[in-house]
Amino acid sequence: MSYYFTILSPTDTPIFNIAFGTSKSGGDGIARFRFPDTAQYMNQFIIHSSLDIVEETQWTNGGMYLKHIDTYPPAAAYISAFLTPSGARFLLLHQPPQLPASNSSSLGASSLLGASGSTTRASSSSIAANPTSPQTEEAVRQFMNEIYESYVKTAMSPFYKQGMEIRSPVFRTKVTAAGKKWL
Amino acid sequence: MAAPRHSAMLSISNAATPQSTSSDRTQAPQQPQSPAPTQGLRVPSNRKTIYDRHLNRSRNAESSRASFAYLFAEMVTYAQRRVTGIQDLEKRLNEQGYPLGLRLLDLLFYRATSTSSSALSSSSTSSSPPNRPLRILTLLHLIHGPLWRLLFQRSADALEHSVSPDTPNEYMITDNDPLVNTYISVPREMSMLNCAAFVAGIIEGVCDGCGFEAKVSTHNQPTEMWPSRTVFLVKFGDSVMEREKVLERAGIK
Repeated sequence: MSYYFTILSPTDTPIFNIAFGTSKSGGDGIARFRFPDTAQYMNQFIIHSSLDIVEETQWTNGGMYLKHIDTYPPAAAYISAFLTPSGARFLLLHQPPQLPASNSSSLGASSLLGASGSTTRASSSSIAANPTSPQTEEAVRQFMNEIYESYVKTAMSPFYKQGMEIRSPVFRTKVTAAGKKWL
Repeated sequence: MAAPRHSAMLSISNAATPQSTSSDRTQAPQQPQSPAPTQGLRVPSNRKTIYDRHLNRSRNAESSRASFAYLFAEMVTYAQRRVTGIQDLEKRLNEQGYPLGLRLLDLLFYRATSTSSSALSSSSTSSSPPNRPLRILTLLHLIHGPLWRLLFQRSADALEHSVSPDTPNEYMITDNDPLVNTYISVPREMSMLNCAAFVAGIIEGVCDGCGFEAKVSTHNQPTEMWPSRTVFLVKFGDSVMEREKVLERAGIK
């Protein structure tokens, strides 16, 4: 499982982002997305395109954690969202690991992505590979809550203004630690 | 002239020799403390950053009224130093309160989620996190109750909707004796001034943070019993009223 996490300010400015991999079930915590290394911007494309859905859901669902809100099937990317009351958006893109079966096939890139998306959902039932299961939702919720705590601490700092990029290495460490703990 | 140039050359050649680099390498681990994640950061001597402090630690701590009064008086003086009139002064006080409102909003929800006894909704028995306000009334109740309690240890005194059909977007929150005005005596020639504009700024920050665009102003409405009674007039923008209608039709509370 690979993750890409972004915090967007209320005015849609990205103020923090990080890519990491799962540490559960033998993962080494390194992100391995299905895109080639030159196409990492795809993560940002997919995650930002889900903003429309966030803004739709935000007025019908009063909770802070909006759960899994969007799927991008060609890349088997799932997006979960968390809204702070002051309007910052936490978005987490998760992409289940590619199955070895679809790895071995030497098809073109686009058809490979499409095929793996369907096989993952059909064949695998483990938590890491099943992004819409209640267990995953719960893990993401815990992760988001932990980030929220760090975010509030950042926001309470008198030297931080809303919408500023979060550069603190301590914050980054906290996010990484939360990712290790829950995802 | 020659000596310094020589020494400079010496230092360059020193840096290039493998001997010195190896000695650097052996020295590096001996340095007592250089934690990898916080390199380049200045951390306090107890090694605790703001991220290590618990947000609920100061939950029940109160600051003394004397120090608050002093600081607030300084804020008013500071704002007054560069303004042209009363309105301008109130605007400045408002701007000082606005960022505070945004922060308090996050803090309020964090504290409500982290403690099982929900401070936001007194009636709820579940420990589930509180909902973000979606409708105007929930937002106003949030300000009237939890926010006021966080700031002043008590709820506001009244919450009213404008009776005039022309201004359905106006709501009024009344405080009979605002803490911020307790130690402020306004000169006669500035009788229109109400320093609770600072609190109005906080309210505005909370409304804006929740996505309810609003303008908040303060009005003196003294009664015989409450000479410093203050009304906060909350005027919501058109976009908010429009959304309110849509949400009402959709049956969202």
